[in-house]
Amino acid sequence: MTLCKVLGTVTSTAKHPAFSGRRLMVVQPINERKRPVGTSFIAVDRACSSGPGDLVLVNREGNGARQLLKDDRVPIRSLIVGVIDRVDA
Amino acid sequence: MYLGEVIGTVVCERKYEGLQGKRLLIVQPVDHRRQPSAPPEVAVDTVSARRKDLVYLVGAREAALALEPHFVPVDSAIVGIVDSVDA
Repeated sequence: MTLCKVLGTVTSTAKHPAFSGRRLMVVQPINERKRPVGTSFIAVDRACSSGPGDLVLVNREGNGARQLLKDDRVPIRSLIVGVIDRVDA
Repeated sequence: MYLGEVIGTVVCERKYEGLQGKRLLIVQPVDHRRQPSAPPEVAVDTVSARRKDLVYLVGAREAALALEPHFVPVDSAIVGIVDSVDA
């Protein structure tokens, strides 16, 4: 899992049915000092609980996403699994 | 998952049978500011994307799950056309 900062949202009308009703966020991977590392990417916010500026924990792997979404055919790979309160490093 | 911009198409007559009838597009991966973030790649289209569209893709094993049948040899699939990015 990676630490990320939520940059904003993505809206989309034409999409694969697996994405209907899901909230898509743009997230930027960061290091323990909250500095950007690497390229921004897209993650599904399962609980619809994060917003721009939040630090979040992103699971970037499909098996965990399939378990959490309770669907073994879902083509989703990046999932926000937690909103971070504090990082001590 | 990641953003990309459609920059072209690939025509491929002879291909694995599970891929018959699937459109193949060349996509330039980009970040939220539409700056290139990785080399262009070929992706299977599931949403009728067109050239210059900003799309989002899913990679690795999950790309194949976007297709029917889903046991096919693909490693990136276009799964949505972006209307707007607020970031």
